[in-house]
Amino acid sequence: MESVQHYITEGILYEPTVPNIYNWPIARLFRSKDRFLKEVIDETMEAVAQFAQRQNSSIEQLVAKTMYRERIRMKEDPWKVDPKDEIKFWRNIKKKLVAIDRIENDPTAYEKDVHNLLYSIVSRYANEIVSTFKPGTYQFAKRFLPFFFSTLLNASAGKTIRSIISHKVKMQERIHLMGETDMLRELSRIGTVVVVPTHLSNLDSILVGWSLSALGLPAFTYGAGLNLYNNKILARFMTRLGAYTVDRRKRNPIYRSTLDSYATRATIEGVNHIFFPGGTRSRSGEIEKNLKQGLLSTVIEAQRQNFAGEPRAQSEKIFIVPLVMSYHFTLEAKSLINQYLNRTGQEQYYTLDKESSDLVKIFQFIWTTFSKSSDIYLSYGKPMDVFGNFVDQEGNSIDRNGNTIEIKEYFMSNGELTKDHQRDDQYTKMLADKIVERYHAENYVFSSHLVAFVAFQMFKKNRKDLNLYSLLRLPEEERYLEVAPFLACIEAVHNRLKELNQEEKVNLPSHLRNEPSTIMEHGLKNLGLYHTKRVLKLTKDGRLFTDNMNILYYYHNRLVGYELESLVK
Amino acid sequence: MNSNPLSNKKVGVIGAGSFGTVFANLLAQNRSVVLYARRTEEAERLERERTYKTWRLHDQVEITSDPEYLAGACELIFPVVPAQAFPGMLQTFSPYLKPYHRLLHATKGLHVVLNEGEELSQLKKLRKEQVLTMSELIKQETTVLRVGCVAGPNLASEIAEGQPAATVVASPFDEVIREGQQALRSTNFRVHGAHDIIGIELAGVLKNIMAIAAGILDGLGLGENTKAMLITRGLAEMVNIAKPLGGEVNAFLGLAGIGDLIATCSSPASRNYTVGYRVAKGESTQEVIKSMDEVAEGVRTIAIVRALAQTHKFSAPISLALYKILFDEYDIQKGIRLLMEFPYREDGELV
Repeated sequence: MESVQHYITEGILYEPTVPNIYNWPIARLFRSKDRFLKEVIDETMEAVAQFAQRQNSSIEQLVAKTMYRERIRMKEDPWKVDPKDEIKFWRNIKKKLVAIDRIENDPTAYEKDVHNLLYSIVSRYANEIVSTFKPGTYQFAKRFLPFFFSTLLNASAGKTIRSIISHKVKMQERIHLMGETDMLRELSRIGTVVVVPTHLSNLDSILVGWSLSALGLPAFTYGAGLNLYNNKILARFMTRLGAYTVDRRKRNPIYRSTLDSYATRATIEGVNHIFFPGGTRSRSGEIEKNLKQGLLSTVIEAQRQNFAGEPRAQSEKIFIVPLVMSYHFTLEAKSLINQYLNRTGQEQYYTLDKESSDLVKIFQFIWTTFSKSSDIYLSYGKPMDVFGNFVDQEGNSIDRNGNTIEIKEYFMSNGELTKDHQRDDQYTKMLADKIVERYHAENYVFSSHLVAFVAFQMFKKNRKDLNLYSLLRLPEEERYLEVAPFLACIEAVHNRLKELNQEEKVNLPSHLRNEPSTIMEHGLKNLGLYHTKRVLKLTKDGRLFTDNMNILYYYHNRLVGYELESLVK
Repeated sequence: MNSNPLSNKKVGVIGAGSFGTVFANLLAQNRSVVLYARRTEEAERLERERTYKTWRLHDQVEITSDPEYLAGACELIFPVVPAQAFPGMLQTFSPYLKPYHRLLHATKGLHVVLNEGEELSQLKKLRKEQVLTMSELIKQETTVLRVGCVAGPNLASEIAEGQPAATVVASPFDEVIREGQQALRSTNFRVHGAHDIIGIELAGVLKNIMAIAAGILDGLGLGENTKAMLITRGLAEMVNIAKPLGGEVNAFLGLAGIGDLIATCSSPASRNYTVGYRVAKGESTQEVIKSMDEVAEGVRTIAIVRALAQTHKFSAPISLALYKILFDEYDIQKGIRLLMEFPYREDGELV
């Protein structure tokens, strides 16, 4: 394994934008972890009180509700990672709740008791969520991943031991970092960067995390599912790399508030952040349309607080960078689309499949990516402010006429900076809409997406009488397409994509600059390469045949949202 | 009400037509008002005579034709200009509009993004993304995000006389609703709030279609049964059009929907009604349009709805019949027969 400097000289890693790792915001933050935690807890206490007020509820009621739900969770869905004293803790809360009732006629004592109860819950949650950052572990991971990828790559591409050791094939020939990467580096020096990627596969976080560190940016924090911490080795790594835990089982408002405050405070401290705003992997294979408002609202809140508080040189402005990942195949495609169809189709869809996702699969995926020369694109989009205005190299927000916008004024009324929860919720919605719009524009369409889209649409047009679920059960003898009309449709959709590309509404990789027949060939070769059976293949008698309508549908969905459907006749 | 002393800042009104001046007068009962007239001559005339049509301008109304002055003096601004003048107005004001401004418009019209060489009335295909309400246009053309609209049965002359009336202020922002209510409400003017801004805007826009139809019915000398049929089925059609564009049913059951619809369909004063009336009396659409100084917004709206309905496949029989009458010189009686034979679903079904 080589040094970080070696990989920089090789062009695999960029020079870090902030050379001394101990000066990184994330490192600074965890050096004063106790202060940070206290701020998170204080902010949560206030947020919960305000939440109770908005809901016409009381803190006591929220505590009782949380306790009730937590007791159900512990009983119905216990995990290995759960602390041993959990049951005891909540039993204790229950005892104290009962005790409060008896002295309710003394308002100050009552308030103090309720406050203490809430405090113990919030502080327990905050301590569970918080992680740490170990520069040593970080540096190790940064060197290990290129080595690991590269070894795999050469092991699968070349057949000789020599080629494996010499690391001839470079990983950047497979993993393409596209878009505004230079600007991203610039902005990370000026303010705080929040990267919002699309989410298709479990592999995404590794790829995003690695690409950001390869770009030389100070480490990002991100929320990792607590379920991943069930694995001790993984847990050890993630805790030391600044990831914080997110427990999707805890749906109570106190936990959500703590999590939001954690994200807000970390952003205010200038720690770069990765949010997957779709919340979970896209089950249908479509680009995300509905984003989760909760975490997204924390960037608006952090920006507001940055303007309201003492300006810190490092963390004044927050930059939102959409990131769209394109793969020819998704490792979990089969189980994802099954989950999607199960949910949407209900009684109309039945299957026996279950998701089996493990490390072996990830290896298989990487192996296929490298051995079959399959490309992965990470498209870093145009950076925006938290209101969705594009920013320039200096971080200024620019309106459509090229003028600078003082975004602080969005938080102002009648000359004053105001706190208005309802207003900021609306701003969050607008930001979510803007991100979705940018996802479509920043997306790289692959040949495999194109052939899947056209093929599925042709099946659909052939059997207009069937609904989706019947169409997916199309009998084998009907799952053939003639090549000539297929190619004609490829050409029509391709022409439209070129127009959209001219209008900056979509990106096309170099392999989509070819003739339709070449694109078709490329697409058929790459579509769902990883799956045991080819998704779409040429038969001996010169027709196209699909073995798996579900997976075809999944890859087809990647092109939904561009209004291309009517071009397929 | 005004907890913040600074909220006594002046409010602005853009557009010094009949509705704009009435608006300025309403607002002047609560706040100092800056009224913008685009043409300097008109500003000077208003300043000199302090009257518009039959009504006097309130003493608290200050006149200007300087957009920079208005934007600098006011944070809360009411654009009250005809839909066709709206894009031009935004262009004039956009350099001076800042993120702290709140804009509440009272314009009933839609903006359509056409490709080069396309003619609205001949459009066969129109995607909903090409059609913007005025609040969407404001957000697209300026840096202002906090937008709202005012709509309701508000015939200018009646409000000018101080007759009791009510309106709706709609905005996704509570703050904008609250400010709009505080600025507009008075003893004879009630102001309701709503969040569904798209629904409220569409209600105001789509009722113009029915106003043309009402004019036709009156021009033909038909009676109240027919008018009631129009209003009822017209309302259902408005909802049907608004749904795919993002409007909710509730907006149509309130003042800006059924309220404005009844007022407009019964008032011979409106331009839209006049178009229908004169066409029913035998004039051609082109003659009528040529003879009016401002285009009746309903005529454009009909063309927009027809193209949208064809593209997005929703039913809008009244609008389509009106399109035939106005643009294809279809016989009116044939148009009515077409509607009488249209296979409606169950009565009372809104969508």
